[in-house]
Amino acid sequence: MARRKLVIPVVIGAGSFLGTVLYRRRSVRNRTRLDIYFDDGSMVSLAAGSPDADRLMPHADLVLAAAREGA
Amino acid sequence: MDATAAIADLRELSTQIETVVVIARDGSLVASSVQDEAADRIAAAARDLAAGADQVRRDLGREALAQLQAATPEGSVFLVVDDHRTAVATTGADPTVGLVFYDLKTLLRQIADGDGKAADEEQERVDGSA
Repeated sequence: MARRKLVIPVVIGAGSFLGTVLYRRRSVRNRTRLDIYFDDGSMVSLAAGSPDADRLMPHADLVLAAAREGA
Repeated sequence: MDATAAIADLRELSTQIETVVVIARDGSLVASSVQDEAADRIAAAARDLAAGADQVRRDLGREALAQLQAATPEGSVFLVVDDHRTAVATTGADPTVGLVFYDLKTLLRQIADGDGKAADEEQERVDGSA
């Protein structure tokens, strides 16, 4: 009985932690994207995880890092 | 208005733009709000970003690249392209996208207007001395 009392809070705590990690990871992915606009007024939005976004976002990260160091 | 003055104006007006770099079509640095070393690194990475976006454009068969936003949780990178230059800016996370694009277009227009005035003055000087 005492062991069960201990296990339930541990399971709830671990579940909450895992949920927080997954939510945060998903939130970061949703906020990472590349929106490209063209002269004809059209645009394309590349979400994190797409091949083009994964190829181009490191360049954006370099811009942000250089800007932080130069500020 | 020259590029340095236009950037100073923009930095006064915009509360969202943290860093601005203007690059010429040939890739050379025109002006920036940061030290030269950082500006060169920003310009180099921005050129690679623009080249990659242009490759996407070609793959999709779209018209010329006009502008882009690369959004991350740490901040955003904005690029706006005109006939002669590219303006690059960084902001914090979740900027007002339309406002930043508007400010960068205004910046490029002011620099282009400055070019026109400088050319007119040069022509007047040449005409005057002839």
